[in-house]
Amino acid sequence: MDVELILKVYPYFLKAALVTVELSVLTTVLGLICGALGATARFSRFAIVRFLGAAYVSLFRGTPALIQLFLLYFGGPQIGIQLDAFSAGVIGLGLNIGAYMTETMRGAIISVDEGQGEAARTLGLSRAQSFRKVVLPQAMRLMIRPLGVNINAQIKGTALVSAISVVELTYTAQRYIGSTYKPFEMFFLAGILYLVIITITGKGVAYLDRRARLQ
Amino acid sequence: MTQTHPFVEIRHAQKSYGKLEVLKDISLTVERGQIVAIIGPSGSGKSTLLRAINDLDPLTAGEVWLDGLQVNKALPHRQYENHINEMRQQIGMVFQHFNLFPHLTVRENVTMAPKLLKTISDKEADTLAEEQLDHVGMLERIDYYPSQLSGGQKQRVAIARALAMKPKLMLFDEATSALDPELVEEVNLVMKKLAEEHMTMIIVTHEMDFAASVCDRVIFMDKGLVVEEGPPELVFKNPTQERTQNFLRKHLEGAK
Ligand SMILES: Nc1ncnc2c1ncn2[C@@H]1O[C@H](COP(=O)(O)OP(=O)(O)OP(=O)(O)O)[C@@H](O)[C@H]1O
Ligand SMILES: [Mg+2]
Repeated sequence: MDVELILKVYPYFLKAALVTVELSVLTTVLGLICGALGATARFSRFAIVRFLGAAYVSLFRGTPALIQLFLLYFGGPQIGIQLDAFSAGVIGLGLNIGAYMTETMRGAIISVDEGQGEAARTLGLSRAQSFRKVVLPQAMRLMIRPLGVNINAQIKGTALVSAISVVELTYTAQRYIGSTYKPFEMFFLAGILYLVIITITGKGVAYLDRRARLQ
Repeated sequence: MTQTHPFVEIRHAQKSYGKLEVLKDISLTVERGQIVAIIGPSGSGKSTLLRAINDLDPLTAGEVWLDGLQVNKALPHRQYENHINEMRQQIGMVFQHFNLFPHLTVRENVTMAPKLLKTISDKEADTLAEEQLDHVGMLERIDYYPSQLSGGQKQRVAIARALAMKPKLMLFDEATSALDPELVEEVNLVMKKLAEEHMTMIIVTHEMDFAASVCDRVIFMDKGLVVEEGPPELVFKNPTQERTQNFLRKHLEGAK
């Protein structure tokens, strides 16, 4: 392994890793928002809204994220959606992970004992009150871990935007391979940086989970 | 307004799940301060009937009235929500599995609904919680979490939580069935205390001795029908219906 080369290029990789972090954070935030909206829709009392929620989930989970990105970035201009690569990446991946997060949140809400909501309704709380005060706080605790799994997948998924030439880790690695002909070193370095990002995130999730459990 | 309406009245209650008729035309009344036990074999519809009273399991047909107001009134969705929430504030319910809120302390379990639904200050809510918990002998555990309590203690807190809304009527669905035998008595004592205070109660139970000692009236249900009803002396000692006799005989054998 060419350690000297790694030492020479790693500052550029660090900069690219920052873009990966940025992408991860933005897509996670967007994903959480979409997930919350999607989950809310799936519990709506209006059938049409429930259907829209379910359609969103099956559309985005039923097709490759790469196709979704290509559709948005390359196909978008044809229907009047003009986005730079970075924005397309954030929106595409955010919507994609949002579909998974919808299901995660829905699952957590469903797994709160039915008797909890019933007890709250019996006391005279409205649907909204019983959801906010009783069901949601318990569901939140249950969803931290599985959302962590979604986020983990999402961080790795940001590599996909290299295909629409966003200059993040994977794209940078590929570019340096072009000039150095050292794929092992370049992918190794990129891999290590992904590992660092994912490990730190994992620790953060575990911390939140522990704290929620203690409460 | 009629002056002589019964306190609780169920008129021709029917409930089906698809083809399965769980309640078949049940009518009954309960007077203010009365304590009524509902007994019957598993699957006879006792819980369904009890849960129809506060519309937790809406009836397919029939009416439920409490103190001159129809609980399951047909109203547009939003109005109905407001109406049923108001009715439910007057109907306390105690579940077999307690259903305490695990993320809240005992105090918060008791104060949550009054704080949200009544105009009371935090201080008044605290006083209310202390009163209600003292009443069920759980004051010392006011700052515990449900997970730190025994089953009997949980159920007593659940009763305090329901009482904090000052209900007119209390419903109990096998409140002691999930408890270890040595914990049953402490809950029964609390229920007896309520009986002495003339709380109107409808109690679904498998405990015939308890029913006999606190109830004014016993209702025996089987297959979605009221088969027999009357004072406990009669229903337990001299049941007229064969199905009641069989049920009580089996129950006695089971208890031995
Ligand atoms: N949600 C439901 N869907 C379909 N069937 C139901 C539902 N809830 C209850 N049932 C059926 O209704 C019947 C009556 O149930 P219910 O719980 O009222 O009986 P129960 O008298 O309370 O019995 P137990 O003593 O076992 O508590 C049973 O046959 C039950 O299987
Ligand atoms: Mg039952």
